[in-house]
Amino acid sequence: MTVNVSMNVNGKTVSADVEDRTLLVTYLRENQRLTGTHVGCDTSQCGACVVHVNGKSIKSCTMLAVQAAGAEVSTIEGVANGDELHPMQEAFRDNHGLQCGFCTPGMVMSALDLVKTNPDPSETEVREWLEGNLCRCTGYHNIVKSILAGAKAMRGA
Amino acid sequence: MNEMLDTGIGAAVRRREDNRFLQGIGNYTDDIVLPGQTHAHIVRSPHAHASIVGIDKAAAEKIEGVVAILTAEDFADYGGLPCGWQVNGKNDEPMKEPKHPILAEGRVRHVGDPVVVVIAETADIARDASEKVSVSYKELPSAILVDDAVGAGAAAVHEEAPGNVCYDWELGDKAVVDAAFKGAAHVARLELVNNRLIPNAMEPRAAIGDFNRGTGDHSLYTTSQNPHVIRLLMGAFVLNIPEHKLRVYAPDVGGGFGSKIYHYAEEAIVTVAAAKLARPVKWVADRSESFISDAHGRDHVTTVELALDKDGNFLGLRETTLANMGAYLSTFAPAVPTYLHGTLLAGNYVTPVIYCNVKAVFTNTVPVDAYRGAGRPEATYLLERIIDIAAHDLKMDPAELRRRNFIKPDQFPYDTPVALTYDIGDYEATLDQAMQASDYAGYAARKAESAKNGKLRGRGLISYIEACGIAPSNVAGALGARAGLYEAATIRVNPTGSVSVLTGSHAHGQGHETTFAQVVSDMLGISYDSVDVIHGDTDKIPFGMGTYGSRSIAVGGAAIVGAVDKIINKGRRIAAHLMEASEADVVFENGEFKVMGTDKQVGFGDVALTAYVPHNYPLETLEPGLEETAFYDPKNFTYPAGCHICEVEIDPETGVVEIASFTAADDFGRIINPMVVEGQVHGGLVQGIGQALLEGCVYDDNGQLLTGSFMDYCMPRADDFPNFVVSTNVTECTHNPLGVKGCGEAGAIGSPPAVVSAICDALSEYGVTHFDMPATPSKVWSLIHGGKKAA
Repeated sequence: MTVNVSMNVNGKTVSADVEDRTLLVTYLRENQRLTGTHVGCDTSQCGACVVHVNGKSIKSCTMLAVQAAGAEVSTIEGVANGDELHPMQEAFRDNHGLQCGFCTPGMVMSALDLVKTNPDPSETEVREWLEGNLCRCTGYHNIVKSILAGAKAMRGA
Repeated sequence: MNEMLDTGIGAAVRRREDNRFLQGIGNYTDDIVLPGQTHAHIVRSPHAHASIVGIDKAAAEKIEGVVAILTAEDFADYGGLPCGWQVNGKNDEPMKEPKHPILAEGRVRHVGDPVVVVIAETADIARDASEKVSVSYKELPSAILVDDAVGAGAAAVHEEAPGNVCYDWELGDKAVVDAAFKGAAHVARLELVNNRLIPNAMEPRAAIGDFNRGTGDHSLYTTSQNPHVIRLLMGAFVLNIPEHKLRVYAPDVGGGFGSKIYHYAEEAIVTVAAAKLARPVKWVADRSESFISDAHGRDHVTTVELALDKDGNFLGLRETTLANMGAYLSTFAPAVPTYLHGTLLAGNYVTPVIYCNVKAVFTNTVPVDAYRGAGRPEATYLLERIIDIAAHDLKMDPAELRRRNFIKPDQFPYDTPVALTYDIGDYEATLDQAMQASDYAGYAARKAESAKNGKLRGRGLISYIEACGIAPSNVAGALGARAGLYEAATIRVNPTGSVSVLTGSHAHGQGHETTFAQVVSDMLGISYDSVDVIHGDTDKIPFGMGTYGSRSIAVGGAAIVGAVDKIINKGRRIAAHLMEASEADVVFENGEFKVMGTDKQVGFGDVALTAYVPHNYPLETLEPGLEETAFYDPKNFTYPAGCHICEVEIDPETGVVEIASFTAADDFGRIINPMVVEGQVHGGLVQGIGQALLEGCVYDDNGQLLTGSFMDYCMPRADDFPNFVVSTNVTECTHNPLGVKGCGEAGAIGSPPAVVSAICDALSEYGVTHFDMPATPSKVWSLIHGGKKAA
């Protein structure tokens, strides 16, 4: 069955006719051509697809597009202010918190949600928060460092 | 470093590629949508070994939106997937090289073997229709584990490989080594398994085929570490498409670790299908599909013996290994347990004689090929484990036993008994550096503190050597390589002085766009921002062998240097003309061509412009333009080396192992960007510690992959690790122009034995001297509760 699904993505109202089984990640990637949200697995483990729905980080591979109908969705593409990176993105760049970049959008979106609820996380809290985000390149060391630095910058901002 | 530039060689320049990745505006293969694109889904074998009795496509063909359904018959005109390295066994007997068909031809040989391709208007339709394709099989007995596969009565994976042996290879003189063992005061012996791993780059493989009917040009977009190699292998050996009619483009690639070196069936499938349909065909792997179709790594079963004299000096080393090849020979599989493994058995030590015997074995499992380190982790693991066993047997300090046997700095160049010549190194320096950084002396207090908290603490120390940038091509060729192992680069100086660097190396996380630009801007004395690095597209880059084996800076970087040198040489001739000076008097410094002993100078930009607007130019003797290409064929491998020290804390109640600290001191030669190098080490360490603690590929007796998803295969996560303590100590490579060695694999090579050693040390009171990885809590708990506690 085809359904029309509308939602607000990165501050813009969007709409598309999709099959009812369409996942939110597919809706974002295929229908909205927001390909920064990635698909790294099929068991909701890797977190490359993390976006925010109504302000909370979720795995967009685990939600149907229709479930997000009417929601406020933000993706990695909406994080920077034009060409100016968000302090969390800047922290990832400054601390070499990414290598191949594939897990990065999910890491950044996940980190932003952490900092929202816990503005001054400890290293242990960051490592535990990343339970749902896999990275195969960085060894996590610099991702953790980035998130701590990003959180600090956001507190200062 | 060029004093004028804080972006030159040695500077921790922040990566330029991060800008797009951080904003989600990278360009990975799955992000690409071509007009009129169709979608392929592959029906794969559910059986480890079976005959295909019949394929019924009728129900699937009726589904609206299905465009085509292809089976092996549709690929009858094409070759199988080629193997890039021929290893000859004892008596020069060539390896057995059974056909690796694109789609299974009458028989499937591993779970995941591709059988049918369904192409449809959407990915969902292709998937739905795949479920309607009915393939009937007659199951056959299978051979899964290497030791079973070579046993009496084992099922034959390929009729042309009796006993499932691909080759039976040896290195060294067995009689001489046996004689050394006879005279030894002590022989340490160990049987071990190097556990099978699944690479799991975060980006699943993907490929898009495209065909231009107007020109007859084929295009393949693919998640590859080496697009030119794919063009050569697929074009020349599989599909018969000449290079000039085939473009292979590997855009942003989300990690490789070896698994994206190889030419895979799906690349040929989408290329052929696109031409048949005259429409683009896209295939993207599900993660579950990656588990059963990406080449796996490691999987060695080994016996190793070390002979020592009464003072602990090494007298000889013997190894026999069964190496799992899987069901077919992947692109570089035969080289991994041989020329990338046996040749590394000297490690950092003076061992006068070494013998190595490797049998490569076919099994009904996914093909096994190079995975981060490729052969060298296996060599380092067995060598460092047997040294620990010997230290335990002889009641010697493991660090001192290593130190005693190290090749000393004044012994370089050093010819090992296993065919390599190490050019330079200082193994004691990295050992001392790591010991100091890990507060080696303060260990007893930490152990006591752990004990107070009811934890068992242990420490492991290892040294490793690796060999990067397989070379030279003629030697590799004599050893069976079917390709050259050089690298190519073009430096294109644009008329207004900006520079495009076209490199045959490929970055999929390594940061070449930044580091290569550092090298070029430093050498040319121009702004870093005016240098762009282009890679991954066979239509743009003259040629290349790609990125694997930590070769990019050592081989690719050297090719770039060669091309820059040619640019500078031509620039000097142009500058000499402009300044009316003799060419011999013109030097190039900090971006200026200068006449020695005068104040005359002309800038790089002016020379570039003159080359393209040659009004005042020696046209009779010099061509206009400023673009140069260089190929670099290395004279030798490079030999990064170092020392890793791991401390673990074990909860004896649960068997859970925690990495308390991990210290690495590495010698990678000259460092271009220390930030990037540290990142490479961190990543390698986690893959190696992952192998030691968490990861292990498990097949059941019937060849079903039990660890077939991230739910079942334990991937390292952030909370499995502490922060790492990493540092470098530099001895510059003597035979490449940058003095660099390579850093991509070291972490994965050194860390597994360091972790296992630390765990054995923690469990020493339970009589544990070795166990096979991974050290899962249940395994460690059993070691504690099954062993005897010393009185």
